[in-house]
Amino acid sequence: MGFLDDFVVRAGLAGLGVAAAAGPLGCFVVWRRMAYFGDATAHAAMLGVALALAAEIPVFAGVLLVVLAAAAGIGAVSGRTYAADTLLGVAAHTSLAAGLVAMAFIPGARMDLTAWLFGDILAVSQGDLAAIWGGAAASLALLAWRWNGLLSSTLAPELAAAEGHDPRRERLILMLALALLVAAALKVVGALLITSLLVIPAAAARALAGSPEAMAVGAALVGALAAIGGLAASWEWDTPAGPSVVLCAAAILAAANVAAAVKRAAAGRAARD
Amino acid sequence: MSDADPLLETEALTLRHGGVVALRDMNFAIRPGEIVTLVGPNGSGKSSFLRALAGALKPASGRIRRRAGLRLGYVPQSLAIDPTLPLSVDRFLRLAGERSRALRDAALARAGAQGLSDRRMSGLSGGQFQRALLAHALLRRPDLLLLDEPTQGLDQPGAASFYRLVAELRDELGCAVLMVSHDLHVVMSASDRVICLNGHVCCEGAPTVVAAAPEYRALFGMGTGGALALYRHEHDHDHDPGHDHSHDLDHDHDHGPGCGHDHGHDHDPGHDHGHGHGHGRAPAPLAAGKR
Repeated sequence: MGFLDDFVVRAGLAGLGVAAAAGPLGCFVVWRRMAYFGDATAHAAMLGVALALAAEIPVFAGVLLVVLAAAAGIGAVSGRTYAADTLLGVAAHTSLAAGLVAMAFIPGARMDLTAWLFGDILAVSQGDLAAIWGGAAASLALLAWRWNGLLSSTLAPELAAAEGHDPRRERLILMLALALLVAAALKVVGALLITSLLVIPAAAARALAGSPEAMAVGAALVGALAAIGGLAASWEWDTPAGPSVVLCAAAILAAANVAAAVKRAAAGRAARD
Repeated sequence: MSDADPLLETEALTLRHGGVVALRDMNFAIRPGEIVTLVGPNGSGKSSFLRALAGALKPASGRIRRRAGLRLGYVPQSLAIDPTLPLSVDRFLRLAGERSRALRDAALARAGAQGLSDRRMSGLSGGQFQRALLAHALLRRPDLLLLDEPTQGLDQPGAASFYRLVAELRDELGCAVLMVSHDLHVVMSASDRVICLNGHVCCEGAPTVVAAAPEYRALFGMGTGGALALYRHEHDHDHDPGHDHSHDLDHDHDHGPGCGHDHGHDHDPGHDHGHGHGHGRAPAPLAAGKR
């Protein structure tokens, strides 16, 4: 596998794998207004890393378990005493702080803190790549399998219930897909920036998409473009790779909105003429 | 199973909404082809009841029995579609599971929203949106249509034409219709039964057909084609001996303390007006309505 020996190739493939799953999943994050929820669960990944290192189990498994537990915990207590955004704010920062404190107890982990927080896409190994593609593919497969039920439940939970979907089950499936993606993307962009890969490509695709499916595919393409563009920029100007990918996605978002505005103006002119 | 068997039945159904009992001990049945209208003040449990029948709200206690294989068409009161979700009317209808574009277009036309297929759901007017929801429900080929305040926001001729459409659909599809009306007094004339709810069944009866009474016709104006009818609330039950008051049947409207709603009707002078006017917060009636 000489092809995969090149770390730049591995980095590119890792970015593409995450983007393919983060795009469609990010659409649900945007539609259901779950950006803060994404943050809260992604930050919990730090705690997962610490626990995995302490228990000497694979980081992917540790992150998956802790993120799922965090998602379930937030879901169980939301809507009680505090408003959802307060609760998510508490969860996001508490889990991040807990993760950072736990890391301090693990010998050597402090050295890698930046990598876990912001990703280390250029250090992706072949094993990492398998985990990233596996996690992303599983996440994407869940979405594809439940697409109609998820869309119905997102649109109108009551209507979905009347049609035999179970909105709570669909929500759990979304949580699982999110946890899989967080575990897969941790190495690529790090715990702090994962939500950006969910929200920014979906928002960029929204500007030009005419259907939910087009928006999902568009978001995956935007993510892929951002991954390649960000890596190229990082190579060219020696900037940190993960943040460069995120900035590239933001630039595409801005360009997509300009394009949409131009399109609207042209349509307006055509309508007046 | 004969046609006279109920499509759906509830037994001592009690529903909670945000920790508060919204509906208590509801016994109800609807048979094929029947049109039943639910009326009642805000917070009286009408919408909760419909949501429970649709399967979107879990009963606190009691039972809902559906005939095996019952197909429901549910039209909720409102639907908040996030503007970030780009959704055409046709894509929305596809969620009902109908693969044929021609059939989807036909359902839309039948619901009175012809030609809206390619419009965005978020760009529809209230009335168009309601008809898109109805088309979605029709695509389920329902045995029972559940309509939650379908004429909300429509003027009287608009409501009348919607009611005529519902009556036609009932005849075409042979489905039963259970409809919540926001108007306590003006209901669809084709209703076989009207049930007045206020946390429990207050009263039940048939609508007075407007066409039969010229003075009502004058009241509603022409052009409603007899689709509207009056419902006379005749409450024959007392809730609490301590709050007893006379039920004058010449009254258009007379309620026990648990049923009060703001319609300016006369209570007995001696009656405590502190009771019965807080919707949903009225003291719990001790006895359920006897019918």
